[in-house]
Amino acid sequence: MSIINNINKAFDHRIRLGIMSILMVNDYADFNMLKELLGATDGNLASHTKALETGKYIKVEKQFIGRKPNTRYSATKLGKLEFQKHIDALEKLIRK
Amino acid sequence: MESKKYLEDISEIKNMMSRSSRFISLSGISGVLAGVYALIGAAFAHVRLQQYSLIDPMEYYKRNSAPIETGLVVDLFAIAIVVMLAALVTGTILSIKKAKKSEEKIWNASSRRLVINFFLPLLVGGIFCLVLIQYHLSALVASTTLVFYGLACINASKYTLGDVRYMGIAFVLFGLASTQFLGYGLYFWAIGFGLFHIFYGTLMYFKYDRK
Repeated sequence: MSIINNINKAFDHRIRLGIMSILMVNDYADFNMLKELLGATDGNLASHTKALETGKYIKVEKQFIGRKPNTRYSATKLGKLEFQKHIDALEKLIRK
Repeated sequence: MESKKYLEDISEIKNMMSRSSRFISLSGISGVLAGVYALIGAAFAHVRLQQYSLIDPMEYYKRNSAPIETGLVVDLFAIAIVVMLAALVTGTILSIKKAKKSEEKIWNASSRRLVINFFLPLLVGGIFCLVLIQYHLSALVASTTLVFYGLACINASKYTLGDVRYMGIAFVLFGLASTQFLGYGLYFWAIGFGLFHIFYGTLMYFKYDRK
C-alpha cells in the first residue's frame, strides 16, 4: 500500500504534471513558455500554478522586463523531491 | 484501467521534459546535405590547391614555413564561408519545416540555448584559426576546425538530440588524429565534415524523422 501513498494528488492533473515536468529540467520557465508548451488557457494555467504555489512546490517571481510584467516560475526543493517520488510511484504502479 | 492512465502520465512527463529543454526539430536530412556541401567545397579547395601545386604534402611542408599566397588563403576562406552558409541556411529551412510539421515553435527558449551553446566554442575555434594563419601555422587549421566543431557539438548536445554528442566526440578524436598527418588536412576535413555528417545525418533521419 505504501506505493499508492506516494502518488501525490497535487500532481494528479495533466496541466500540473506538465508544469512540474518542465520545471524539473529547466531552471525556470515564464508564463508564456508554459502556456505555449501545455496549450492551456491563461485562466486555467493561472489556477494550476496557484495551486502548486500554495503547496510550496513551485516558486513564483514577478518582475518587469522593460515595461512588460513577466512571471517566472521555478520548482522548489520540496517540489522537485515530491515530484520525483510521484514519478517513481507511477513507474512502480505500471511495472506491477 | 488505472495503469493505462499512469502510463499516459509518464509519457506526458517525458514528452514535456524533452520538449521544454531540448530542441528536437533538428533535421537529419540537413546533416546529410551539410556533408554533401562539405565534399563539394573540399573538391573546389583541392582544385585550387593543385593550381598552387600544394597538394603534395612534402611541397606543402616546404611552403608552409613561408607565408602562403594571399590569393589562395582568400579563396579557401571564401569556399569555407560559402559551405558554412549553405549548410546553415539548409539546416534552418529544414528545421523550420520539421518544427511546423510537429506544430513546434522554431525560435523558443530551447532553440535559443542550442544556438548560443553551439556557436560559442565555434567562434573561439574560428578566432584561434585566424591566429594560426597569422603565425603561418596554417597546416593546423584543418585539425583545429575539426576539434572545435566537435567541441561545439558536444556542448550543444545537451540542448538537442543526444546523438549529436557522439558525433562531436568522433569529430574531436578525428581532429586530434589529423594533427599527426600535417599536409593531409584537406582529406581529413573532407572525411570529417563530409562523410561524418552524411553518416550521422542518415542515422538521425532514420531514427527520428521517418515517422
